[in-house]
Amino acid sequence: MSDKKSYSNLKATLAIAKASFTSIIRSPSAVVFSLAFPLIFIVVFANIGDKPVSVSVGVAKTSDTTNVIFRTLKSVKMVNLITSEPTADMESDLSKGSIDAIIDIQKTPASVSGAPGIGQPVMPTKAPLAVNVRYTKASQKGSILKSVLNNILFNINSLMAPNTPSVAKINETTISGREYKYIDFLLPGMLGFSLLSSGVFGTAFVFLSLRITLVIKRFFATPVKKYSIVLGEAIARLIFSWIGALFIILVGHFFFGFTLIHGVVTVINMLILSALGLIVFMGFGFIISGLAKNESSVPPIANVITLPQFLLSGTFFSTAAFPGWLQHLSDILPLTYLNIAMRHVAFEGASLFDVTHQLLILGVWFLVVYGVAVKTFRWE
Amino acid sequence: MAKQPIITVKNLVKKYDDFTAVNDISFEVYEGEIFGLLGPNGAGKTTTLEIIETLREKTSGEITVDGYSIDNDTDAIKKRIGVQLQAAGYYPNLNLSELIDLFSGLYGIDKSPKEMLEKVALTEKAKAKYKDLSGGQKQRFSIATTLINDPRIIFLDEPTTGLDPQARRNLWDLIRDIRDKGTTVVITTHYMDEAEVLCDRVAFIDGGHVIGIDTPDNFIDKLVATGFDRKKEVKSANLEDVFINLTGKEWRPE
Repeated sequence: MSDKKSYSNLKATLAIAKASFTSIIRSPSAVVFSLAFPLIFIVVFANIGDKPVSVSVGVAKTSDTTNVIFRTLKSVKMVNLITSEPTADMESDLSKGSIDAIIDIQKTPASVSGAPGIGQPVMPTKAPLAVNVRYTKASQKGSILKSVLNNILFNINSLMAPNTPSVAKINETTISGREYKYIDFLLPGMLGFSLLSSGVFGTAFVFLSLRITLVIKRFFATPVKKYSIVLGEAIARLIFSWIGALFIILVGHFFFGFTLIHGVVTVINMLILSALGLIVFMGFGFIISGLAKNESSVPPIANVITLPQFLLSGTFFSTAAFPGWLQHLSDILPLTYLNIAMRHVAFEGASLFDVTHQLLILGVWFLVVYGVAVKTFRWE
Repeated sequence: MAKQPIITVKNLVKKYDDFTAVNDISFEVYEGEIFGLLGPNGAGKTTTLEIIETLREKTSGEITVDGYSIDNDTDAIKKRIGVQLQAAGYYPNLNLSELIDLFSGLYGIDKSPKEMLEKVALTEKAKAKYKDLSGGQKQRFSIATTLINDPRIIFLDEPTTGLDPQARRNLWDLIRDIRDKGTTVVITTHYMDEAEVLCDRVAFIDGGHVIGIDTPDNFIDKLVATGFDRKKEVKSANLEDVFINLTGKEWRPE
């Protein structure tokens, strides 16, 4: 009764990894959550977010459009001049805020003092032109137009009277830097979200259903070790998440101009971060699979864990905009730190050693989560 | 033929908090036989099986399987047995070939899925999912997974429950065939006609006790000797014979 050869735990682990991976890629929900959702969010939000600021300015029918101010204003990209709308519509749009201001430039005879009627006179009394602008409380962007106009007038005035001594002179230079696009903020957040949902939902569902359908019990009738089952599942999920991450990064880079400072090295660093994040998130999945009685009780518990992180961890927008107490909450969540580390690595070209602070906090989460998971996880 | 015990169960006890599922059970299973564990639901059959299969801890007692003690050689035992669980599922989204590959990996051996599926006449279903099989096919596939590691003993827990008469007979043939190739079979069932034609010996279990072990023939003879007589006139055929006679014996793929 001798054993032909010694039992291979590696072989068993890989067999589980292969089976699990095949099963994952054949399950529609995993593919939708890990690939389609992040991609849809990127397409939608990248297009919203990347639109440059523009001010819609209605041009009154009575306005003179041949003067230098109007022509200069027309050349300012930020200002979107609306000329074709009927006056009544323009008025109502202004009150609703869908137009930010209405401008009416009038040639004034030098003798006339002040601008008559509505609006505020911007020009001094002797000016040949009066620029009448009406802003609306419904839009904040009027102030942008205000400074644009001030700038134009200042330049024209100083051109007209070059000899007037001025109090101060503006010297402007623009340094050439990397443009921080919204995609550079959004993509790492989406990656984190994808890892979070795959780690939490995927792991919870898989282990719960394997337990309920007695697949794991049947496994235990073979010489397989428990750690082989956990490891095999983790390897499969990691490989699937890596493929997803790579896909998101490449689509982001080539179609949306996502910045990868050090190219391949940055991608590899991001994948390593993805793995660390996924391991922590899988811990939540293990906890849930132990707590849930059946498959329908997984989503409520999983949402309690994923939704707050989805909203508060700086996935779509910076947490800097939050009130203080909410920021404290953000500062606890593991996804916050994965997102920060991911953005540092991707945009600033940080190495993994530069984000040790974030990794350390993820490490603490790892200990806490798996400490709980060991207590709650059930094999049968 | 000298009867060599391959499984020895001595004074097995399994207690849950305030409930004794198995109360001092002892029996032996001989090498190369089909051994039936019979008894009503909740009698302790499945619990007993699962303890022998190393899936459950016993409270007390001694069990030896193919020379290995359940106390400290569970890994050696797991390599020597094949287990079919009542109502067990299989890894989701995989086809039969992939499931066989998975189990080969779990046992740490290389078996071609084709070879295993051939044994249970399922080669045509190699690319099918387990959930899409018929009841009889599911049971035959389960039996295929128990044979992957060339076990000395296989355990089948109610393999024919819910099958139609043809599929049941087909499974009997398969089980006999496995026994004839030298594998010991331990089976549980609620069908006494099945136990009568299939099992070499049976043990009746009730209330956590063994209340009798013998060959089906001896049990029947002993009962008849006590003067027992069936109320109905015994006919030389029963309704199941009629069923098979009318619908044909050959098993039909659903």
